[in-house]
Amino acid sequence: MTASVHTAVLIAVMALVTMLLRFLPFLIFRADRPIPPYIAYLGEVLPAAIIGTLVIYCLRDTSVTAAPWGAPELLAALCVVGLQVWRRNPLLSILSGTVIYMLLVQLVF
Amino acid sequence: MERGRRMERQSGRVVRQAFLRSIPVMAGYIVLGIGFGILLRSAGYGVLWAFAMSLLIYAGSMQYVGVGLIAGGASILTTALTTVMVNARHLFYSVSMIGRYQHARYKPYLIFALTDETYSILSDGRTPQDADPDLYRLLLSAFNHCWWVTGSVLGSLLGSVLPFNSDGIEFSMTALFIASFTEQWLTTRDHIPALTGLLSALACLLIFGADRFLIPAMLLITLILSLLRTRIEQGKEAGR
Repeated sequence: MTASVHTAVLIAVMALVTMLLRFLPFLIFRADRPIPPYIAYLGEVLPAAIIGTLVIYCLRDTSVTAAPWGAPELLAALCVVGLQVWRRNPLLSILSGTVIYMLLVQLVF
Repeated sequence: MERGRRMERQSGRVVRQAFLRSIPVMAGYIVLGIGFGILLRSAGYGVLWAFAMSLLIYAGSMQYVGVGLIAGGASILTTALTTVMVNARHLFYSVSMIGRYQHARYKPYLIFALTDETYSILSDGRTPQDADPDLYRLLLSAFNHCWWVTGSVLGSLLGSVLPFNSDGIEFSMTALFIASFTEQWLTTRDHIPALTGLLSALACLLIFGADRFLIPAMLLITLILSLLRTRIEQGKEAGR
C-alpha cells in the first residue's frame, strides 16, 4: 500500500470504530427496557477513569530519567491545573498550557 | 399560506436558538480545530486530510491521537484498539441518550454527532420552549460539527501560511485532557474513579511500556471499579 492509501484506511478505521461506539448502545438496549444496573454504574464511573488514563497516555513518551527530566511537561501541566482551578475555563487553560510548553521546549530546555 | 408562513417563522427561530446555544462550543471547537489543523499540517498532511478527518471521525481527542497514528504509519489493529480506548466513553454517552433518541427524527446523524460538548449540552434533555426538539437537536449538532470542520480547515491553512516554529504544539492534546481531568475532579465528590484511572494507567505504563499499556490499563480499571462497585455506590448513597 502507498502511504496515502494507508492513511486513508486508518482514517476510515478511526471513523468506523468511533461510529460503532456511538451506535452500539442503541443497537443493544431498547428504550422500553431499563439499562442493566452494572452498565449504568460503569457509565457513571468509567469516564473519569478514562480521562485519567488519557492524561498518562499523552505523557507516555516523556523521559524522567534524562535531561530535562520531564520538567517542561510538569511545569505546563501545573499551569493547566492551576488555571483550571482558578478560572474554570478549559479553553484558557489549554491555550496557556500549550503556549507555555512551546516556549519551554523551544527557548528554555 | 398563513400556516406556511408561521412554520417558516418558527423554524427561523429554532435556527437562531440552536445557533446561540452553539456559540460557546464554537469558540472551543474553532480554537481546538485550529490546533488540530496545525498539528496535522506539521506532520505533513494538508487541508484535505484535515477536512476529511474532521468531517468523518468528528471526535476531537481521537483526531489529535490519530495524527500520531497516521504519521507513524500505525497498523490497522493498533488504530482500531486505540480508537476503542480513546472513545470508549462515547458508549456511555449513548447509553444515557437511548430513551431520548430512540424515536427521534434524524436519529442516525444525532447519534453520529454526539461529541463530548454536544452531549454536555443535550444530556439534560432541555430544549427551548415551543421549538421542535428534534429539529433543535439536529441544528445544534450540525452547527457544532460545522465549527469543528471550519476550525480544522482554518488551522491547516494557517499552518501552511504562517512560518512559525510549531515544536511542542502537540501538548495541546495533553492540556485538553489535564483540563478535563481537573474540571471533573472539581465537580465530583468521589475521586476513586479518577484516581483508579490515573494510577492503573501509570502502573501499566511502567509494567508494559509505552507502546502496549492501554489495553491492560483499560482491563485493570474495569476490574478495579467493578470490585469497588458496592463501596462506591454506598458512598454515593451516604453523600445524599
